[in-house]
Amino acid sequence: MLLEIDDVSLLYGRIQALHGISLTVAEGEIVALIGANGAGKSTTMRAISGIRPIATGSIRFDGEDISKLRADLRVRRGLCQAPEGRGIFPGMSVLENLDMGAYTRRDRAGIAEDLARVLDLFPRLAERRKQAGGTLSGGEQQMLAVGRALMSRPKLLLLDEPSMGLAPMLIQQIFDIIKEINEQGTTVLLVEQNAQQALARAHRAYVLETGKIVKTGTGAELLHDPAVKEAYLGVA
Amino acid sequence: MTTVLERVRSGREAAGERWRGAPRWVRWALLVAVIAFFYALPNREFYQYLGPIPTPGANFTQVLFTVSIYVLLAVGLNIVVGFAGLLDLGYFGFFAVGAYTVAVLTSPSSNLKTLWPWLLVVPLAIGLTMLSGVMLGTPTLRLRGDYLAIVTLGFAEMIRIAAVSSEFLKGQRGFNQIPHPPGKYADGKPFFGVLDARPYYWLVLTLIILVVIGVRNLTHSRVGRAWISIREDEDAAQLMGVPTFKFKLWAFASGAAIAGLAGALFAGKQNFVNSQNFELLNSIIILAAVIFGGSGNIVGAIVGGGLVAYMIERFRGIELFGVELYEYRFLIFGLVLVVMMIFRPEGLIPNRRRAAEFKDRRKEVIVGE
Repeated sequence: MLLEIDDVSLLYGRIQALHGISLTVAEGEIVALIGANGAGKSTTMRAISGIRPIATGSIRFDGEDISKLRADLRVRRGLCQAPEGRGIFPGMSVLENLDMGAYTRRDRAGIAEDLARVLDLFPRLAERRKQAGGTLSGGEQQMLAVGRALMSRPKLLLLDEPSMGLAPMLIQQIFDIIKEINEQGTTVLLVEQNAQQALARAHRAYVLETGKIVKTGTGAELLHDPAVKEAYLGVA
Repeated sequence: MTTVLERVRSGREAAGERWRGAPRWVRWALLVAVIAFFYALPNREFYQYLGPIPTPGANFTQVLFTVSIYVLLAVGLNIVVGFAGLLDLGYFGFFAVGAYTVAVLTSPSSNLKTLWPWLLVVPLAIGLTMLSGVMLGTPTLRLRGDYLAIVTLGFAEMIRIAAVSSEFLKGQRGFNQIPHPPGKYADGKPFFGVLDARPYYWLVLTLIILVVIGVRNLTHSRVGRAWISIREDEDAAQLMGVPTFKFKLWAFASGAAIAGLAGALFAGKQNFVNSQNFELLNSIIILAAVIFGGSGNIVGAIVGGGLVAYMIERFRGIELFGVELYEYRFLIFGLVLVVMMIFRPEGLIPNRRRAAEFKDRRKEVIVGE
């Protein structure tokens, strides 16, 4: 397993946000984490990327226990998160943002290669390469966040709500790109409110409710699960 | 109203564009001319032709020295506030550490009686201020938010109160006969004397240029990029693999070191250091100067520090309706700041990135509503 989370709980002050979560991601997979607002999806992401310390349990990445490792060192191990929403650097240009993604790397040739690949995946970013990140539209910022995370050449890419606030056509596009990234060899853990799209493309998925995992299965299984359908897909 | 403002703003942007678009040699020539101007400025033969610029109520060369110290401090604080985005409300505390290190180790009135020469103590003063910066930053920089502001505020007050009340630091009586920097003219007279402030001003000016070159190089390196990323979005910086704590501590300690240097220079010039030199107000003035000039931009910090320190002295000796303006200097200063924050919150000469961040934040506010 590339990522193994075992019985992790997390506190925000005195409020317990995660209650003993366990999940795994195998190499090459797309795994989706779906759930309603406030179910703890983003919190799970923060626990994995190390922005928030966990209270109990363990996180293992690539065979190593990283539960207590600093966030920036987790990036060096090959775990990179594209933060939710406006997590780009607004004053830096698109290219500078992408360059920040490669902050941990020193191999110039490899960085140039990955930059070409990212600009190829997101032609819109290539058009706006000199523009300040803060002046991009919501969709473009989202693409920049994903592209920037790819620049670290992660083993595991964590995506927090990549479709948030996007127009339907762009949502389709961003999920297609995620699929493509995965086919090029990057493992993806995806947090989504847009359960339909996420389940349709994920190999496996977990359903999160009030800080607990209540259901798991393949994407297709959950897509046809009556309870999931009712709660998250808006079909009675 | 807004159209006028916009016209002014776009006019200034056009000036900025023209500056960036100008050929390299033009920019160099202008830069050299500006530097030459400031080297020539303290000479009476030169400044007597400058009309209202010399201060009527105070010795102009002395004022220039004070202004140059403020500029150096503004350049240092700009690293902390402008580049790394850390709010330091007690920056003058580090200045005090630098000045007192020199005083304690060189003055005959010190209990230590080491009587070391000034030049030997300067690196020690810088090192000690840096160390105090690290000690202060290590516990607080791990935390987010306003902790640092409060702790730095407390630190500056602690230093001041220690200076007032501790026997070792001599309180109001202070330390006298602090030695001047070394150096003699050919005829044996010391270069750095008691009466003439010009050599000290030139020394500080030269050090400012060196520090600015150093800071510029730093900001164009990986270190600078890390600072900017922390300022723009600390979480995102960490998610990109930037060891944020380490770089915040670095910014904080380098800022402190520059304040220590300024303090050592101040002590070497004044010859006398006591507890009255380190009021909290000074920390506030420098912070205001950096924000006024345009935090995140070295030129902005220089202009802010210079203008603010100069304006305060310029009010001396001017009477308006029978009151001396100098008495109301902070009222006027406060008004200018308020007006500034309304019309140009990013400062006089903002950093282009910084301006974009402000726009971004304004947008966020609108979205939030």
